[in-house]
Amino acid sequence: MTLDQLPVLVILIPLLTAPLIVLIRTPAVVRLMAIAAAAASAFCAAMLVARVGEPISYHMGGWTPGIGIELRATKASAFVLALVTGIATVALLLGTRGTRLDVRGTSDRSDATGGQRSREHLYYAAFLTCLVGLCGMVITGDAFNVFVFLEISSLSTYALVAMGPRRRAFSAAFNYLVLGTIGGTFVLIGIGLLYQMTGTLNGPAISARIQEIGDPRTLHVAFGFLFVGFAIKLAVFPLHQWLPNAYAESPSAVSSFLAGTATKVIYFQLIRMCLVVFGADYVFGTLHFGSILGPLSLLGMFAGSLAAIYQLSLKRLLAYSSIGQVGYLTLALSLGTEDGLYAGLLHLGAHGVTKTGLFLLASVIIAHVGTDRLASLNGLGKRMPLVAFLFVVGGIGLIGVPGTAGFVSKWALLQAALAGDHLFLAGAILVSSLLAVMYVWRVVEVMYFREPPERAPLRPGYDWGALAPAGLLLGLSIAVGLYSEPICVYMRSAAAQLFAGGGAP
Amino acid sequence: MIANLWHYGLVVVLMMTGLYIVIAKRNYVKKMMGLAIFQTSVIMLYVTMGKVTGGTPPIFVQNDDGTLTEGIVYSNPLPMVLMLTAIVVGVATMAVGLALVVRIKEAYGTVEDDLVTELNREDEARRHLSAAAQPIKESKS
Repeated sequence: MTLDQLPVLVILIPLLTAPLIVLIRTPAVVRLMAIAAAAASAFCAAMLVARVGEPISYHMGGWTPGIGIELRATKASAFVLALVTGIATVALLLGTRGTRLDVRGTSDRSDATGGQRSREHLYYAAFLTCLVGLCGMVITGDAFNVFVFLEISSLSTYALVAMGPRRRAFSAAFNYLVLGTIGGTFVLIGIGLLYQMTGTLNGPAISARIQEIGDPRTLHVAFGFLFVGFAIKLAVFPLHQWLPNAYAESPSAVSSFLAGTATKVIYFQLIRMCLVVFGADYVFGTLHFGSILGPLSLLGMFAGSLAAIYQLSLKRLLAYSSIGQVGYLTLALSLGTEDGLYAGLLHLGAHGVTKTGLFLLASVIIAHVGTDRLASLNGLGKRMPLVAFLFVVGGIGLIGVPGTAGFVSKWALLQAALAGDHLFLAGAILVSSLLAVMYVWRVVEVMYFREPPERAPLRPGYDWGALAPAGLLLGLSIAVGLYSEPICVYMRSAAAQLFAGGGAP
Repeated sequence: MIANLWHYGLVVVLMMTGLYIVIAKRNYVKKMMGLAIFQTSVIMLYVTMGKVTGGTPPIFVQNDDGTLTEGIVYSNPLPMVLMLTAIVVGVATMAVGLALVVRIKEAYGTVEDDLVTELNREDEARRHLSAAAQPIKESKS
């Protein structure tokens, strides 16, 4: 009985916990509540992954889809849910010790207006609300719901980013808000035009109507608005300006969370929009979407990775690397084949896990060294050997060295490109991986081949609260790299299900 | 044809006005105003969509004996319901955005984009040049 309620529980648990946290306020209690809520949500998502075969359709309030709102758990969406909730739990664990100093208003060190009163509960409430938005977007089958959840997650993200330790966090959050709102509104316009043409908001129902009405101009416009809206939120190359500042200036726990989840969820929306709502034939056949998305992805891969090479601080470097990695994701989609989609879903998971692990390590480093400037990390390999070693593990995961999850996904992407006779794309993937080698090597060089400074204050002892989750995630990446069979089989069937129209009834 | 579509023209004009203000104006408060106009244009797009020619408000019309009157054309209420949600979202966005503007004013002493960018650049330069002497303290803003 309760098992039937799983799709809604994933959203409901954090949604109900967030206001409770605001009411309870006691820092020690709300921290535990937030972790418990995220973990419970992650548990539900994991159960969904285990149970889902045919798509699970959950009717909100017992109303049939079309009149009421439908939640749809497919193999792919259950996986994305598990990834998002899992990463949220891990990032919340991180927020429990020394790294909290990073968040404005939660430390003893009061800022200009914060006073001494702790505002930690607001941080956790915003965090859980953001989680609700992301999960809701993934699981809902209703187009307007996607917009609502998108805005829920975005609004709480703006607040979270603004909690960063420096004043630059405010301007980063504001710029993100302006661009994000434009993106969200574009999505809303697109949904409106879709509704106008089809008279329904239910994903599969829209899809069925689109096949009937042919190819009117309004559909082109709707697709354009939806794509640009999602592209802004996904940080597809020319629309990526908000991302580096938002990731680099937000508190460490928040950047770990966002880097692994926010863009991934939007990527999943883009996939669903292309394959489930509009249908692969229409998007890649009639609209030639691949020839728009492909070049943008290539530009993103190179521009992001090149910019990462020249960054002076660790978090900013990782943020630019994310833009490059988004390029791989969209490239996989732009191939318009099932193989490409399979590679994209694999890379979504691989990059989410690896990048979160790396950001967690960055936050450990910030907690101990006091800064993430590369110049201050000289000789970190001698001073914090474990952290530096884990960073190298994550770095080779980003590059895609065999034995890591990054390799599994990049290999799938290469195969998909070759299967479609795109030799040029395959070459571009290899060359851009070399750029990844360069930016990872910059960090390695600083950490291992430079002498540590003589007078270097370092907070003693390891922050296991942050190190253990990072080790866990990076270990997971290695484990998947060494034994990828189960996840590959799962992703194959998830991709097949999505490609067949999301298992529409 | 054109006579029936004039409201789309209105929507587009409003939309572009808003978008232009967001992009062209360097003052953060004005940017927020632009965003508000931009979002309002979408509300108009949806609401006009729900209008059915000759439609009455979507409340059941009953005969005297309580049965429903046949043959009544109703306007579509769904877009308006959706817009109630969108209005709430818009208000929340305004609240968060203006709160951020207030904090920017407190932290930078200005809400002009050019000046804030300039100050950010100075912060960054200070962070990377002078911090070598005192690695721990520099993270304080």
